[in-house]
Amino acid sequence: MDALTALGEPTRRAIFEQLAERPRAVVELAHVLPVSRPAISQHLKVLKQARLVTDRAAGTRRIYRLDLDGVGALRAELERYWNQALAAYKAIVEQPTEEER
Amino acid sequence: MSTPATATTVRSSIVVEAPIERAFRVFTEDFGRFKPPEHNMLGVEIAETVFEPRVGGHLYDRGVDGSECRWARILAYEAPTRVVFSWDISAQWQVETDHEKTSEVEVRFIAETPQRTRVELEHRNLERHGDGWEGVSAGVGGDDGWPLYLRRFADLFAEEG
Repeated sequence: MDALTALGEPTRRAIFEQLAERPRAVVELAHVLPVSRPAISQHLKVLKQARLVTDRAAGTRRIYRLDLDGVGALRAELERYWNQALAAYKAIVEQPTEEER
Repeated sequence: MSTPATATTVRSSIVVEAPIERAFRVFTEDFGRFKPPEHNMLGVEIAETVFEPRVGGHLYDRGVDGSECRWARILAYEAPTRVVFSWDISAQWQVETDHEKTSEVEVRFIAETPQRTRVELEHRNLERHGDGWEGVSAGVGGDDGWPLYLRRFADLFAEEG
């Protein structure tokens, strides 16, 4: 499931927004959202597969947080790459062709 | 030149003063002439970049010593309107051999007039390059930056209405 599809579900969107505020454990999310802990765990699994959240163990709990900085960095780099490529492409494609010279 | 699409898509477009057939031909045949050179994954200078004009073919760099780096698979080749290729390059700019972890690039050519062509490029499914982000995340560290990312994310939804 891609990121946008994953966020199309209201509860996952709410979890995502909670984690955007600060990292939280499942029990904390269950406290602020009207959803059972198993349901939240299931949603977190989907968000994790979509690379929107990441988790780490902290004692007996797992702390979840957003995982967007990685994709943000890659995206910025590829945006630079393609803008540069298309600008160079335009310069080449607009050069007079042999028969026009 | 570019517009934000989704958090996992890069879009860029350009209008060129050239007929659609020429726009397509130059994009595929001369790819090596305009791609940014700084990300050479070969250990040696690139002699040429080859864009094989068929589905199942590859986009690859050939080094001056004859070594090759196949970094894309041609997924669609519909001259002169559309080409799609995979992006088998990881977030660390290494060749990605696991196809499940590769993104894809679609390029569409649209004739605006007989002498003018719009080229629209979409590089999508960036989330598939997931492995390795943990290192990036650790490097950024702390909770700074999250509100910024969320704001950006919210902007994307706002644009989509």
